[in-house]
Amino acid sequence: MGMLRYAASRLLQGLALVLAVVVLNFVLVHAAPGDPVETIAGASGGMSAELMAELRTQYGLDRPLPVQLGVYLGKVLRGDLGYSYFFNLPVTQMIAERVPATLLLVLSSVLLAFIVGTALGVLSSRRPNGLLSQFITVLSLVGFAAPVFWIGIMLVILLASVFPILPVAGMRSIDATGGGLADVLDVAHHLVLPTITLSLVYLAQYSRLARSSMLDVLGSDFIRTARAKGLAERVVLYKHALRNALLPVVTVLGLQFGNVLAGAILVETVFNWPGLGRLAFDSVLRRDYPTILGVLLFSSIVVVVMNQLTDLCYRLIDPRIKTA
Amino acid sequence: MNATSTMTLDPDPASAAKPVAPARTSAATGPRAEHPGIEAARMFLRNPAAIAGMVLLLIVLAVAIAGPWLYPADPFEIKAAPLTPPFSEEAWLGSDYLGRDVLTALIYGGRATLLVGAVAALLSVLIGITLGAFAGYYGGKVDAVLMKITEFFQVLPALLFAMVVVTLFSPTLVTVTLAIGVVSWTGTARLTRAEFLKYRGLEFVRAERAIGARDARIIWKVILPNALPPLVVSATLAIGAAILFEAGLSFLGLGDPNQMSWGLMIGSSRQYVLSCWWAVAFPGAAIFVTVLAVSLIGDGLNDALNPKLRER
Repeated sequence: MGMLRYAASRLLQGLALVLAVVVLNFVLVHAAPGDPVETIAGASGGMSAELMAELRTQYGLDRPLPVQLGVYLGKVLRGDLGYSYFFNLPVTQMIAERVPATLLLVLSSVLLAFIVGTALGVLSSRRPNGLLSQFITVLSLVGFAAPVFWIGIMLVILLASVFPILPVAGMRSIDATGGGLADVLDVAHHLVLPTITLSLVYLAQYSRLARSSMLDVLGSDFIRTARAKGLAERVVLYKHALRNALLPVVTVLGLQFGNVLAGAILVETVFNWPGLGRLAFDSVLRRDYPTILGVLLFSSIVVVVMNQLTDLCYRLIDPRIKTA
Repeated sequence: MNATSTMTLDPDPASAAKPVAPARTSAATGPRAEHPGIEAARMFLRNPAAIAGMVLLLIVLAVAIAGPWLYPADPFEIKAAPLTPPFSEEAWLGSDYLGRDVLTALIYGGRATLLVGAVAALLSVLIGITLGAFAGYYGGKVDAVLMKITEFFQVLPALLFAMVVVTLFSPTLVTVTLAIGVVSWTGTARLTRAEFLKYRGLEFVRAERAIGARDARIIWKVILPNALPPLVVSATLAIGAAILFEAGLSFLGLGDPNQMSWGLMIGSSRQYVLSCWWAVAFPGAAIFVTVLAVSLIGDGLNDALNPKLRER
């Protein structure tokens, strides 16, 4: 099967997965006790039966379920995720406003974890039982066992009271004048702590993975050949071994996107970072269904896209993998 | 995919050290041969990190189970002046912003955290093994459908989905446990499926089929015991992951508000961390130690049960 046909079939599968998430969203909301109108009535402190009935008509909640599902699907296709009950804004717009902040946090964290993790993995692979290797073992245990939000809060405590050099909340200073380089620096300053927190978890994983993958590759025949023909150790390590050892790391990085999003929700909550995760947290607290469902749907789409891209890239990079 | 059916030798080196189910084979290796389980147990007990994990976990369990009996108290009760620092007379580990005793909450909170973690992990392992076993054993259309379902749950952002479920339904221990179990079984399912694919064409399985054993017997009594070692490891790690998951949900305010838990302690004191670090530091450390203990045990089991895979 050709690459194009393969890509097309992956695209179809991706669409099917997204459609399934949409249907699941719909089913969940309708399986839950109570309906949105009751929630709104509860939040506004009592409401007459007529008004509730009117609202139900307005939201289309009085029509048969299959019709509602059809209407919902049609809207989602047009990019209309409904209005937030509480912010009274289109959910799509709210999500679009929050995406850059989350993207910035996630990309900087993953990049940091990837670079440092790979470096640690490569350096430690030269001495499989050396100090650095032991450090990676400890780091990977700590990275798995310590809750990411707890690490974040402990950093806040440490940096707010002991070394107050970094801002611990928000994305911009309150007195930010906004504009130009000063704004960029301000955001970067605020980005430091959330990025360090979120990247710690992945740093632990990537360094361990990079190390074992390097050890794997370094034990293979072509490395022995490269050494035997007299290549400098630096060339062997970085040009021959690292390139091959990176494959599994990149794969995990791509396939793990859902996990990174989960981490981002917790980290954004800790640091009041105005991203998607914070939006999810705020809308969950207010039982703002359209918003939370919109965030869930949007995140699922991102994860599906990332998975399919990883898969495609993997096949492009490594021709040994058959497009079965 | 069905490469195993024509092979007589197991392609996976890891299984060379694994027990092979029928008693006949182990009898054939001679009376001196030790049961592989005993060998694995000995290896596990010789691993200092695994022993340390065991001891830590036993301490945590003992405190969570016996603590409330030895020290009856209400974790929500206000017992000292708010923000009492730790190591003081009235509150050994300090009190939070309301004056609730951190030590009491720590002892009682362990119960909810450990219970939800253990039951959710059990649930996820049960779902994972069942689906993975059916997919791997039957193959074909069953496999295709089950793997599509697995893929679906893999792309669903687990934490967000659990947040939605807990928000839509009431935030009780049961809902939280179900939500965690339902989103975290995919890894186990894939692992189980791979193991079943590996074993289903092997001779001892074909022999069972030849003597007319039913599918249910072959799946649960013949293949599963052989596939257990990696599954035990993954189940252990699932407990750690479930505890972290529960802590995350409680931290976000989506745990059961009437059940003290470590995550709830951290979440409720989040706004006041700068005036009472102890109310966050201790429960977080408790989660850390517990998950660390579980993963040390998991690593130890991995080394003992799958010796060839140790480098990973």
